[in-house]
Amino acid sequence: MAEVNPTLTPDIDEVAGPLLRIETVTKRFGGFTAVDALSLDIKAGEFFALLGPSGCGKTTLLRMLAGFEAPDEGRILLGGEDIAPMLPHQRPVNMMFQNYALFPHLSVRDNIAFGIKRAGLPRREIMARVAEMLALVRLEGLEKRRPDELSGGQRQRVALARALARRPRVLLLDEPLAALDKKLRENTQRELLELQRRLGLTFIVVTHDQEEAMTLADRIGVMNAGKLEQVATPRHLYEQPASRWVAEFVGDINILEGNVDSRDDHRWTVSVANAGNVVVTAPREATDSATVCVGIRPEKIRLSRRGPADAGAMNRLNGIVASVGYLGGASVYTMSLDNGATLRASLANTARLDVDAYAVGERVVAWFAPDDCIVLGR
Amino acid sequence: MSGRRIFTRPARIAAIAPYLWMALFFLVPFAFVVKISLSQTAIAQPPYLPVFDIGRGWQALKTAFATLSFDNFRLLVSDSLYLSSGLRSLTVAAGATAMLLLIGYPIAYAMARLPRRWQPVAMTLVIVPFWTSFLIRVYAWINILQHDGLLNKILLALHVVSTPVVWLSTDSAMYLGIVYSYLPFMILPLYATLAKIDPALLEAAADLGSSPLKSFWLVTVPLSLPGVGAGVLLCFIPIVGEFVIPDLLAGSDTLMIGQTLWLEFFTNRDWPVASATAVLLLLILLLPLLIYDRFQRRQMGRS
Repeated sequence: MAEVNPTLTPDIDEVAGPLLRIETVTKRFGGFTAVDALSLDIKAGEFFALLGPSGCGKTTLLRMLAGFEAPDEGRILLGGEDIAPMLPHQRPVNMMFQNYALFPHLSVRDNIAFGIKRAGLPRREIMARVAEMLALVRLEGLEKRRPDELSGGQRQRVALARALARRPRVLLLDEPLAALDKKLRENTQRELLELQRRLGLTFIVVTHDQEEAMTLADRIGVMNAGKLEQVATPRHLYEQPASRWVAEFVGDINILEGNVDSRDDHRWTVSVANAGNVVVTAPREATDSATVCVGIRPEKIRLSRRGPADAGAMNRLNGIVASVGYLGGASVYTMSLDNGATLRASLANTARLDVDAYAVGERVVAWFAPDDCIVLGR
Repeated sequence: MSGRRIFTRPARIAAIAPYLWMALFFLVPFAFVVKISLSQTAIAQPPYLPVFDIGRGWQALKTAFATLSFDNFRLLVSDSLYLSSGLRSLTVAAGATAMLLLIGYPIAYAMARLPRRWQPVAMTLVIVPFWTSFLIRVYAWINILQHDGLLNKILLALHVVSTPVVWLSTDSAMYLGIVYSYLPFMILPLYATLAKIDPALLEAAADLGSSPLKSFWLVTVPLSLPGVGAGVLLCFIPIVGEFVIPDLLAGSDTLMIGQTLWLEFFTNRDWPVASATAVLLLLILLLPLLIYDRFQRRQMGRS
């Protein structure tokens, strides 16, 4: 960060600053705005995930970081230096492509060496670096193979080694695990995370898979229609979503729309037309609006035939079981409440035998704590 | 694991069909040509000896067989006419193929980089000349290139030259005709391979620090080699045997092997020497095909 002159920017935070700063970046394709005045700071050594539905602009943002697209407005600062005008081959950033984009005519060794050779290193150093990378991704012995002679998992590792070989300041990963099957994906996730920690590199991964984003990332940026809806740690994102959109996009959630009847410092009472009164913990950032949404995650809801013995502080909603979805580890019960709303509750299948499971058509009570309710604007 | 087992019986029968076709319409006629090439010319009908006639018995057939000889091939090797026309054919074909590659590659490359919806249009433009007879197109070139032809008229009108230039009956005219006629055969296989190259590969190359020119050389060129091979063969082989274009556009002082063959067959009525020429030509042309085949096998062996 030698480019930053301390006399011009006396602020200590500014000097230590983020490794990568995206400043009000906008990208339009014709009349369509793919990325809309987006700002984001990424710290050195961070594993950051851009999560969003397809077409939200996350890939466009990544491609702007790699240099394949030029932003129409805004700046991209890497270590204080604006890299937006730099061509892809001039940037100290490397990318792992979605379908790996391995060179089919080159061996594993030559694929990995491709980037280092361009840097004009002496031959011995190139060979040493390739050997180091092969060891890093555990592909020793396969250096003479061609990409079409490798399995999907091996190809993924070659792509990773090739992108890491140039020792990039930021590694960009475009849906890095999408092409792998589920079992392999879980192992690879662990390896990727371990590798990132060991190398201390900054990773930015683009994914549409929220489980992947949650497992891998220190922080997740949720994108929708070219904007960041929320940037937070996985836990924060799930338990304190910033908007109804984020709450519904990340994980499953029940949304009850209602009016705030009464509010004190700790508790609000929300009357929901098709469910009854729900007591919620007052949100930290209180909204003045009378109409709100109450979100409850399905696993926060408990079911019973009679309700809790001490229901004092709990919300109780009565209804019947409309359907049961068995998922192995848990079952999802869809309840039709007496007032008309539908509520999903996810219960862990803690016992092997289902003697006590709720049957379709059975009357049950759903109960949940005010603390487990998320108050969201409409 | 035997790859052949995957074929069902009807599929196996269908797989024989092309071999049957080749045997019937190539191998059998070629056997006739080989036989004639080993015969002697004669003023007769057909114009060569001996003639195998099974009707005259086994003994006659054996004597006929004994008179076959390699004399015609000896003549081909000893008479410089055949050697020089053969050599000329190879040099003309090599030169023209090199020009075709130099002109065809940029065109195919530009086509492959056009927006998807324009590519079929470009493809049609390349194929459109085939709608007119090949012979008529070559004759059209005579019209353009002759003494008072279109080209000279334009050059005179623009005051580029003061007197008409001799274009027709020169090697330049012949090369022009060949390159013009064979260009689609070079462009189409090149375009087919270039269009198949994943654009992400070029992005990956750029991402790994290579400039656009370097990426072209390190990624695009190697990946288009199968197309280059196919295009070169598709042009080189027929140009070696080309007869019409050199006959109409080139001068009469030198001959290509196709013209020599024509002379022997129609003017001299020497079928055996003409056949020997044809056999030799085929053997020579087998060489680049075998090289290409090896190259292809090596590529296939990898997958």
